[in-house]
Amino acid sequence: MADRANAITMVADDWSGGVHPYAISHKKLGMWLFILSDSLTFSALLVGYSYVRVAARVWPTPFHFLPSVVTATLMTLVLLSSSLTMVMAVGAAKQGDRKKTTRYLLLTILFGLAFVVLHLNEWMGLIREGMRLSSNPWGSPLFGATFFSLTGLHMTHVISGVIYLGFVASNFSRGRSKPDDVEVSGLYWHFVDLVWMFIFPLVYLLSVKG
Amino acid sequence: MDVHVAAHQHEAPTGFVRKYIFSMDHKVIGIQYLMLAMVAVTVGMILSVLMRLRLAWPLEKWPMLAHIFPEGFAGGPMTPEFYLAMLTMHGTIMVFFVLTTAPLSGFGNYFLPIQVGARDMAFPFMNMMSFWVTFVAFVVMLMALFATGGAPIAGWTAYTPLSAVGAIGGPGMGAGQTLWVISIAIFCAGSLLTALNFLTTVLNLRARGMSLMRMPLTSWAWFTTAILALLAFPVLLAGGVLLLLDRVGGSSFFIPAGLVISDKHLTNSGGSPLLWQHLFWFFGHPEVYIAILPGMGVTSHILSTFSRKPVFAYKAMVGAIFAIGFISYVVWGHHMFMSGMSPYTAMAFSITTMAVGVPSAIKTFNWLATLWKGQIRFTCAMLFSLGFVSLFVSGGVTGMLLAQPAVDIFLHDTYFVVAHFHIIMGVAAIFGIFAGMYYWYPKMFGRLMHEGWGKVHFWFSLVGVYCIFMPMHFLGLAGHPRRYAQLTEFKYLLHLQPLHLFISIAAFITITAQVIFFFNFFWSLKKGKPAGDNPWESTSLEWSIPSPPPFDNFGPIEPIVHHGPYEYSVPGAAKDYIMQTDPPEARP
Repeated sequence: MADRANAITMVADDWSGGVHPYAISHKKLGMWLFILSDSLTFSALLVGYSYVRVAARVWPTPFHFLPSVVTATLMTLVLLSSSLTMVMAVGAAKQGDRKKTTRYLLLTILFGLAFVVLHLNEWMGLIREGMRLSSNPWGSPLFGATFFSLTGLHMTHVISGVIYLGFVASNFSRGRSKPDDVEVSGLYWHFVDLVWMFIFPLVYLLSVKG
Repeated sequence: MDVHVAAHQHEAPTGFVRKYIFSMDHKVIGIQYLMLAMVAVTVGMILSVLMRLRLAWPLEKWPMLAHIFPEGFAGGPMTPEFYLAMLTMHGTIMVFFVLTTAPLSGFGNYFLPIQVGARDMAFPFMNMMSFWVTFVAFVVMLMALFATGGAPIAGWTAYTPLSAVGAIGGPGMGAGQTLWVISIAIFCAGSLLTALNFLTTVLNLRARGMSLMRMPLTSWAWFTTAILALLAFPVLLAGGVLLLLDRVGGSSFFIPAGLVISDKHLTNSGGSPLLWQHLFWFFGHPEVYIAILPGMGVTSHILSTFSRKPVFAYKAMVGAIFAIGFISYVVWGHHMFMSGMSPYTAMAFSITTMAVGVPSAIKTFNWLATLWKGQIRFTCAMLFSLGFVSLFVSGGVTGMLLAQPAVDIFLHDTYFVVAHFHIIMGVAAIFGIFAGMYYWYPKMFGRLMHEGWGKVHFWFSLVGVYCIFMPMHFLGLAGHPRRYAQLTEFKYLLHLQPLHLFISIAAFITITAQVIFFFNFFWSLKKGKPAGDNPWESTSLEWSIPSPPPFDNFGPIEPIVHHGPYEYSVPGAAKDYIMQTDPPEARP
């Protein structure tokens, strides 16, 4: 069988079968597809947010520069830093440096947790001010609803990401997974980071008292 | 290109549980999906029988049924609320758990990997998860039937604000509707996993020589359908989460200000019922194609096989599948012409909707050209595929009528729409499933289904569904609104009552005839004629391996593909078909 296969000259291009056309593993391709799909979930929420915001006669803009924008900027910085350490982790993993990879992954997890803590703290503050899913002191009840649903879904992604990275770090430190697995988790982490780059201006900066 | 297709990752399991229940084998999972769909379709048909009883004999009290559903028949004929609950569950179960699971997840799981020459899906564990997630979704949906207050009454589209306001909206709008939303959200997650798996498998796991343009049209259809599912379900998921927040979190995304329900003034404000319609139909329209595209693939495949001719204009067929998939994302507004839409927007959606007619017509004419001067073998699979073409045309042309905003203003929410989508999305897709079942049954179970009983089943089904759904066009043109249980109070509809009686009797006969299919299915498992490897003299890869296929599909042989998928009646060839795995010399 193999002889015959070798004897036959076949058009050996990337799409003729028998090869991975993008030269990437199943896991990585699957993650890209998941990101594509998940970006539509966030897009749907963001479009819904714009829809109700445009449709509202008056949309509240209650956030003050201090503390809201400062906190959100800090959170953005934390998340951006986590992406940086993630890049370092992927780089170290490719060099086969297990210790360095684990350290950078733990650092990424730490930044992720810091983001969640800052975020929850901000949520608590807003809840103390009377903001709820159902109502808020400043106007359209949808202000609170869109805020909590958008940032809540994002936070769920960060928390799942932290757990995911925890598994990857534990596996990689014991030599049970490949550098590719670290890179795939990195894709997810950068995506979650990227989503925040939409939420920060659209939800925070556009809600600052004019 | 140093990344080569990995050899089979996991060994054949031996225990019963790992082999048949929590199996990671794509073939077992495919059959599990088909079984789930068979249970779901039975439930869905029973619900439609109850609805047809109400419509044919509006004042009849049915003491036996009243005994089973004391609340649904409270002291008289079936209550309108009970009718609406049946309608909602019928639509939901049929659309999600039959038309999505059977053609895509069922046949797709079983045959997509084999047709592209893979030993399993790219992610076998995820494949197993996606089935059990879907199974849980189905159980939750059945729970909605038995929830306090009954099943939801908001229809399969769960239009807001009715579906968002909670128990005040009517019976079944409490726990029932909440379970409905949860079930759909779970279903979205399961479908997402399936779609991921299909796409990765097609892109990464094709055997040597299986270039994209050598894939059977069935595989192309599953591939495109998976793209649709990947990009449509997340939007429904987002909508579902918001709807759930409205229901249990007190938000008012979909509830406008000043709503009064049952004399109670709701305090919500700011929401937009239209937002739900946009989110729902952005999913909902591609979903229609998720149901029908695999049927188109199966039909193309079967028409070519049993006409002993290459499919006409293969490349145009592939292009048409993709065009239909793409356009399906820009037509959702045609469901909302009557919901308050700018005429200019309506015009845009009208034009894109009519544009679907172009690739659809390409497919239809190519099917006819495939048949032209072929040596047609009228097997059951072939008959159901021909039935598919017929139904696709009958249901498609009414779609062109409904695409006109001006016409739709009259026909919207009438039985005309019911007729349209039942023929094209419901029955045509079901015919695609039947065609696939008669065609692939020998491969899946090693025995042929009984052809004679299959033909009886076909003729009852074809004539039956036309008798059921054709008259509904007339009901719609006469202005008969859909979803109404109580018709005796509308004078202008009274003269249409005999038509309802006719439809109901046709429905009962057609549904009874499906017993033939179920009987044939189970009888043939034991008593059917042994099939052999390739009973239909077909060309694609699944027919080059034993029936049923071994655990790793191809045994020790690595499949290598040398031919296109539809090499029938090649002049000068030894046989009238060349299998895809035949050596290159087979083609003179």
